[in-house]
Amino acid sequence: MFKLVSFLKPYRTHVTMMLVLLFLQTLGTLYLPTLTADIVNNGIVKENLSAVWIGGAWMFVIAILTAATAIYGTWLATKVSANTGRDIRGAMFRRVQEFSNNDFNRFGTASLITRSTNDVTQVQQAFMIIISMLLPAPFMTVSGLILAFSKDRLLALMLLAFMVGIILMMVLVAKKIVPIFERLQVQLDKINRVVRERLIGVRVIRAFNRTDTEEKRSNATFEQYASTAITANKIFAVLMPLVMLAMNLCTLLFVWFGGQQVAVGAMEIGDIMAIIEYAFLTLMYLVMGIAVFMFIPRAQTCAKRIHAVLSVDPELQVNTKVSKTATEEPTVVFDHVNFHYEGAQESVLDDVSFQLHRGQTTAIVGSTGSGKSTIANLLMRFYDAQSGQIKVAGQDVRTYSLMKLRNKIGYVPQKAFLFSGTIASNFRHGNENALERDMHDAASIAQVDDFIRNLPGGLDAPVDKGGVKYSGGQRQRLAITRAIVKHPPIYVFDDSFSALDFKTDAKLRLALKKNITDATVLIIAQRLSSIIDADQIIVLDEGKIVGIGTHAELLRSCDVYQQIAKSQFSEEELTQ
Amino acid sequence: MTKSTIVATSRRFFKDLMFQKWQLLAVIAFLTIATGCSLAAPMLIGSAIDHISTGVANAVAAKTTFVISIHTMGTVALVLLAVYLLSALFNYFSQSILASVAQKMTLMLRKRISSKLNRLPLEFYDQHQTGDILSRVTSDLEKIADTLQEGLVQLFTATITIIGAFALMFMISPMLTLIALFSIFTSIIIATIVSEKTNRYYAANQKALGQLNANIEEAFTGNQVVMAFNLQNKMVSTNDRLNEKLAQTSAKAEFATYAINPLIRFVGTLGYIVIAIRGAFSVISGTITIGDIQALFQYVNQVSEPVTELAYTLNALQGAVASAERVYEIEDSLEELPDDQTVPKLTQIRGHVNFEHVHFGYDPDLPLMQDININVKAGSKVAVVGPTGAGKTTLINLMMRFYELQGGKITIDDVDIKTMKRSDLRSLFGMVLQDTWLFNGTVADNISYGRPDATIEQIQDAAKAARIAHMIDTLPEGYNTVLSGEQEVMSIGQKQLLTIARTILSDPSILILDEATSSVDTRTEEAIQQAMDSLMQGRTSFVIAHRLSTIKDADQILVMNHGTIIEQGTHESLLSANGFYADLYRSQFATKIN
Repeated sequence: MFKLVSFLKPYRTHVTMMLVLLFLQTLGTLYLPTLTADIVNNGIVKENLSAVWIGGAWMFVIAILTAATAIYGTWLATKVSANTGRDIRGAMFRRVQEFSNNDFNRFGTASLITRSTNDVTQVQQAFMIIISMLLPAPFMTVSGLILAFSKDRLLALMLLAFMVGIILMMVLVAKKIVPIFERLQVQLDKINRVVRERLIGVRVIRAFNRTDTEEKRSNATFEQYASTAITANKIFAVLMPLVMLAMNLCTLLFVWFGGQQVAVGAMEIGDIMAIIEYAFLTLMYLVMGIAVFMFIPRAQTCAKRIHAVLSVDPELQVNTKVSKTATEEPTVVFDHVNFHYEGAQESVLDDVSFQLHRGQTTAIVGSTGSGKSTIANLLMRFYDAQSGQIKVAGQDVRTYSLMKLRNKIGYVPQKAFLFSGTIASNFRHGNENALERDMHDAASIAQVDDFIRNLPGGLDAPVDKGGVKYSGGQRQRLAITRAIVKHPPIYVFDDSFSALDFKTDAKLRLALKKNITDATVLIIAQRLSSIIDADQIIVLDEGKIVGIGTHAELLRSCDVYQQIAKSQFSEEELTQ
Repeated sequence: MTKSTIVATSRRFFKDLMFQKWQLLAVIAFLTIATGCSLAAPMLIGSAIDHISTGVANAVAAKTTFVISIHTMGTVALVLLAVYLLSALFNYFSQSILASVAQKMTLMLRKRISSKLNRLPLEFYDQHQTGDILSRVTSDLEKIADTLQEGLVQLFTATITIIGAFALMFMISPMLTLIALFSIFTSIIIATIVSEKTNRYYAANQKALGQLNANIEEAFTGNQVVMAFNLQNKMVSTNDRLNEKLAQTSAKAEFATYAINPLIRFVGTLGYIVIAIRGAFSVISGTITIGDIQALFQYVNQVSEPVTELAYTLNALQGAVASAERVYEIEDSLEELPDDQTVPKLTQIRGHVNFEHVHFGYDPDLPLMQDININVKAGSKVAVVGPTGAGKTTLINLMMRFYELQGGKITIDDVDIKTMKRSDLRSLFGMVLQDTWLFNGTVADNISYGRPDATIEQIQDAAKAARIAHMIDTLPEGYNTVLSGEQEVMSIGQKQLLTIARTILSDPSILILDEATSSVDTRTEEAIQQAMDSLMQGRTSFVIAHRLSTIKDADQILVMNHGTIIEQGTHESLLSANGFYADLYRSQFATKIN
């Protein structure tokens, strides 16, 4: 929580002002009973009507001032809270935009989303609660005590004793209850998880006849949660009446001993009434303030999670030390590249070297987990290799600004992701200034132009978040169009034809070949039929290159390639 | 929500709550006593102050000193002490009973939904989003518990306090009570107006938050595309715009929420001041005493807070009723037909599956399958092929009786599946789906899901057969590694292998593979195929696949399109028929299209 305090810095004057107003507000609140005492002491007891009027008038003035400061203070607080919330959200979003894939994976997409949305809201709410309930407490207690002392020392000391008593009592309870609250949160998460599993897995659960076990499993989490909640409630059931009793006993003692002071003439009757009111106000704010402490841990967890995101140092940095001599040929070079994921022992890529040339198509094939996509990810610099060098146009990728590097590459990801908007707005992500004609041309290469032209609205047809309304094959072709609209010197297709039926796949590849003649093309594929006529095929197996060549060459020389081919083609086709 | 549904839902809710009626009655009784005690206290303090002031005045007149002692103040003090103690005690009683009432109620509702989930047909799951059902089980019930726990007590005590305090004030001074009433009414009007505004601001705030969250979700989910197309600046500027809008709406909403307190307090203070002035005159003219004024002040304080609370509690209650309604919606959803208990469990399964004149549609008005007839010989391998949406998975869903037929029947070994117990029927099948489902537990637990009593050796053998044993061995804790949603230790392909291991271990009579190896590479797929083939020796199996290479050796291939079976036969016979299948097959293996 305290680490996020720096976000308050821009609003220093606001915050100072707010604190001053808060102080004035507590003074005003406490001054009213003092004025009442004056009315009683000087007006009623002395039967002085003008003193009553004067006291009343002052009360009116103070009431207006107090209300005004309180409302203005609240306005400042909400402004600061909303703006800080905005700033934290903005800072997180900007930071995440700088993340590498490694940074992203460390948190997980779902967790990053929760952190940027729910967690910030929680912190913002906690901030408001702290301002309205916790901060007035010290002002109130101190001013209340001072005023009480001004009336009578004995009673003031008694008030102090009660304060200490209540604080001790609540701290003891807080120690017990805070861990219970934390447990409650964990158990609620567990309910969420177990029920979600049950809802998503309903077919499997029924197929394996595990409905009863699953019901028992969720009921167990429900029961656990309920019993923890009851424990917490029971503690409060003791605490709240006890605190009330303490406050009431304080009043009783004040009447008794205050009466004595009045009797000996040390105090006036109206002062008892005032001091009772002081005691009530100070103790109430004190209890509220401490209660807030019990609810802070939850916001604290959120704050920690936010801070963890903000404190990530972007992993990918532009290295200016390496020399920048650039040559045109070959376009892409992998030179003894090694890569493993953070914390993993096995390498994903092991001493991988190859070259891609302009105007040529290179394909990468291999089993699941052989490291095919990693090559694309390294080329895009979603990750950095641990050793070896990757060069684009003769220059180490780490010397490019990320933007410049990625501008050179038209990338089609494995999972074709579209943004909400229109088809055209998605295509324009590839090129802001693309004309309708350019987009239609690109779409016809990607075999999706007829589909677009038949949509109501054509290029302006709406796209939902993620493009869920379109089928997998349609999404892939739209994503391919987006890359073609960019007209980049390098294309990377990461298993981007998998959802296409074989006919469309073939037509698309033919169109690519005809229309994209001077670019460097890298295709990662599962189906050999997609890449059979590539100029160069790289065969990966467990992170190592086990063969480079054309289809015919590899069929003769490469075992792994033969196995893949056998699993996909019939005998006749292989011998053809 | 209309008024009548609010009434109906509330009535139903209270009926459900009645299993704790004695507790509730006790709570009401105890709360009444406790509130009554706190109402009596100001009167008692007022009279104590009167004792002191008259005592002192008399003493001054008699030129003696007034002494506070058991004789002069004892009775008042003791009664006051007793009242305070009783109030605390009864508050404690009611709170400690309430501590479990709300939780027991939500627990009961949660359990009821939990068992309901098992009886709901799959249509229900198709029609509702997971997040929606989930939020009903968690946050809606949470809201109900909170409202029950605090809202009802507040509503009840606030009402008693307001009525009681006004009655007592009226006894002291009808005139001053009218002033207090006026200020309270003003507060109520202000609270109602502001709380309406607050609701509006909150709705706007919620909308802005929703838009921002959606944008964040989209940007983070599409992160790779954002990076690849250098869209970061674009994303940031959209985010900034939405973020700014949210800051504005949330400042408004929070201001409305928090500004109400000083506002109401101000109105209360105004009433207090008028009472102070008017009361002072009354005391001076001798109609009331100083102690009365003190009592009046305390009553005004006591009622002003419940008034603000009431306005918000009523809002919260409305929200809770809406939540209850959403919970009851699940309870009222149509259930599956009850099991027919007449047919005993099949033991010696041959695996002869027959579809006779089957009619079906997910939406009865939009029939998908019309008059489907399939005859699968015991022990044969059946492949189902066809484009997406052709109805391949539907065949499986019907066979496992996830959905009810709209006509015709399906038999296994000549027994109509409708006459079997669902659990008996499903225990015949082993199913591997395209969508892998693993639960939060260890690798071993996940593999033995269909056979919880399996030994670790059996689990390891299944893993070996599914070609996943090596991968499991590289995990930090091997078979005891916990699979959790947070960290993805397995790829989709590996998860598929794990579910295959699960099915191998469950040793089913009939095997169903629904695109089971779609994310596994072809080499691994072949290896698994071998394991499967040996497993399925002599047992009936259904294989849905889009890679035709894997199903060439099937005894029977069903070609589906638009919900019907358009061709049936073996690979060779279908190829020579030169129809849909032949076309599909050639397109997959055509190496050159010119």
